[in-house]
Amino acid sequence: MSSTRNTDHAVALAPSGRAADRHALMDRTVHHVRTEEDLLTVRHAVRAATLRAGFSIVDQTRVVTAASELARNAYIHGGGGTVTIDQLTTGGNAGLRLTVQDDGPGILDTDAALADGFTTGVGLGHGLGGARRLMNDFELHTGPGQGTTVIATRWAGR
Amino acid sequence: MARPGRPSDEQSEGTTGRPDRKDNELGSAEAAAREHVTSVLREEADKISDRWVQLQLAQPSLDGEVSEAELGEEADALVSALLSGLELGLPIERVVTAHEEIHRTVSEISLRRARRGVSPTATSLAVLSLKEALLEAVQRRTRAADDLFGSAVLINRLLDSAGALAFETFVEGREEIIRRQSQQLLEVSTPVVRLWRQVLAVPLIGTLDTARTQVVMENLLQAIQEHEALVAIIDITGVPTVDTAVAQHLMHTVNAVRLMGADCVISGIRPPIAQTIAQLGIDLSTILTRATLADALSEAVKLTEAAGSDRAPLDRR
Amino acid sequence: MTTPVSGSVPILRLGDVLVTGLLNELDDKTAVAFTEELTSRITADGARGVLIDISRLEIVDSFVARTLMELTTMARLLGARVIVAGMRPPVAITLVELGLQLTGVETALNAEQGMAAMGWRQSPQPSGGGLGEFHPEH
Repeated sequence: MSSTRNTDHAVALAPSGRAADRHALMDRTVHHVRTEEDLLTVRHAVRAATLRAGFSIVDQTRVVTAASELARNAYIHGGGGTVTIDQLTTGGNAGLRLTVQDDGPGILDTDAALADGFTTGVGLGHGLGGARRLMNDFELHTGPGQGTTVIATRWAGR
Repeated sequence: MARPGRPSDEQSEGTTGRPDRKDNELGSAEAAAREHVTSVLREEADKISDRWVQLQLAQPSLDGEVSEAELGEEADALVSALLSGLELGLPIERVVTAHEEIHRTVSEISLRRARRGVSPTATSLAVLSLKEALLEAVQRRTRAADDLFGSAVLINRLLDSAGALAFETFVEGREEIIRRQSQQLLEVSTPVVRLWRQVLAVPLIGTLDTARTQVVMENLLQAIQEHEALVAIIDITGVPTVDTAVAQHLMHTVNAVRLMGADCVISGIRPPIAQTIAQLGIDLSTILTRATLADALSEAVKLTEAAGSDRAPLDRR
Repeated sequence: MTTPVSGSVPILRLGDVLVTGLLNELDDKTAVAFTEELTSRITADGARGVLIDISRLEIVDSFVARTLMELTTMARLLGARVIVAGMRPPVAITLVELGLQLTGVETALNAEQGMAAMGWRQSPQPSGGGLGEFHPEH
């Protein structure tokens, strides 16, 4: 478990890569989450990215909602952080990867945090578990005192 | 060069060294071959393109799926991309994968064939026959065995990775088509029908998995909004088994319908399915269920009439 | 897009029903301010019903969902019934996948049906046969 950022995916055609890892990064934007207003900015940026990726209206809503949950977690529990929006493509299929990173206290019990009903702040405790259900791939990197990084991806039409 | 505004070839950073930076014997032989191939590409681009188009047209497996004009465009694009890739000085094995323009051009060539149903063999041959066109061009300039050999090795190393990429993209493209078709099939197989004023029904036939549930939900909610429906009937007569996962999917759909402000009735629960539901301990008590579609319809009409007359709040708990 | 400032959500009074609508975006601050204003208006106006039109709301995350649920509970304690009307299909699907069912929150397809459920009728409906013609105030 570490808080290192996993952002080295450039032209990920690594010979050892699994099929799911073979994708090209088309665009990347990084947004800071320091104030409540930033949460809205992140939502707008994610919405714009889902439109560029050609996501259906339901997928747009899923990804923007997940981004809202994750960014709020970083703001409330992590004392602020960054949201990186990556536009991906593989074999003509578009995807969107959100990397939400904070340097907060980290999560002690990840199983509990992902289970429904767990909360240490505001909201219903559906933040992490709910966001995981809204995305196709979900990675959680955290540990006590190590901050929290969530990498979540959704692909169009899956 | 990579097109501006596309930060996708981060890997090419730092690898744009000189072609002759390895100064050992092998390195200089490679540098010489590279120089040869690069200048052939630069000076005979049109001839190479034309020859490549001819070679592809001669292949029976292409079967006219890609027109001569399209082949010409592809050839021009790839030849010019290869030239700029070689001039950049990337290591020869990585020219195709790390150079964004080549990568994209090869991918597009391959995807076009995947979408038109060209065979995988013809697709790899398409890229590999460029070898022949290139070698012929080198041969026209030099007869020296060393030069020819060096160039041939270089061309092979360069285009073998292009062939591999083409094949990989082809497979991904086909998978994408299969995904899209099964999605279309899903949509066709889950029609929403209007049974009565403000009453809709979805007859489900076959297994109910996550993908299917999502399509059903989307179609149903859309129809509820369009028709201002008050009741949606989900008929599961055609669903062979109801396990915990299927029950979960049904609950999700019912909950989404309720969030929209409509009610949901599930019909067509056959005796063996009722038995399974009871034995598995699945709690469907919050859902209104009826044995047949007819029963459900009469219940639905009652619900709409109740809503139309005194608008009593529907007690769901 | 501009951020709605506190108190920017208009609340109309129609008889004993308060009618309000949420805009495309609901940030956390506006949500809190909205809850406070609405509950104080319920008491001040002696409202028996509250209709919240969310047909323009593009996103309902767990925070907004919690706001709606709390609002319903508070209003009920103050003697008013809350109806949330016009949820968009993608929002409903996303909420269900998030694991939120808005337990206890009454919903209606659109504002018109929500108002009808509270006893308001635009005009006699063909099937209604003039039943329930009810005007809370004249």
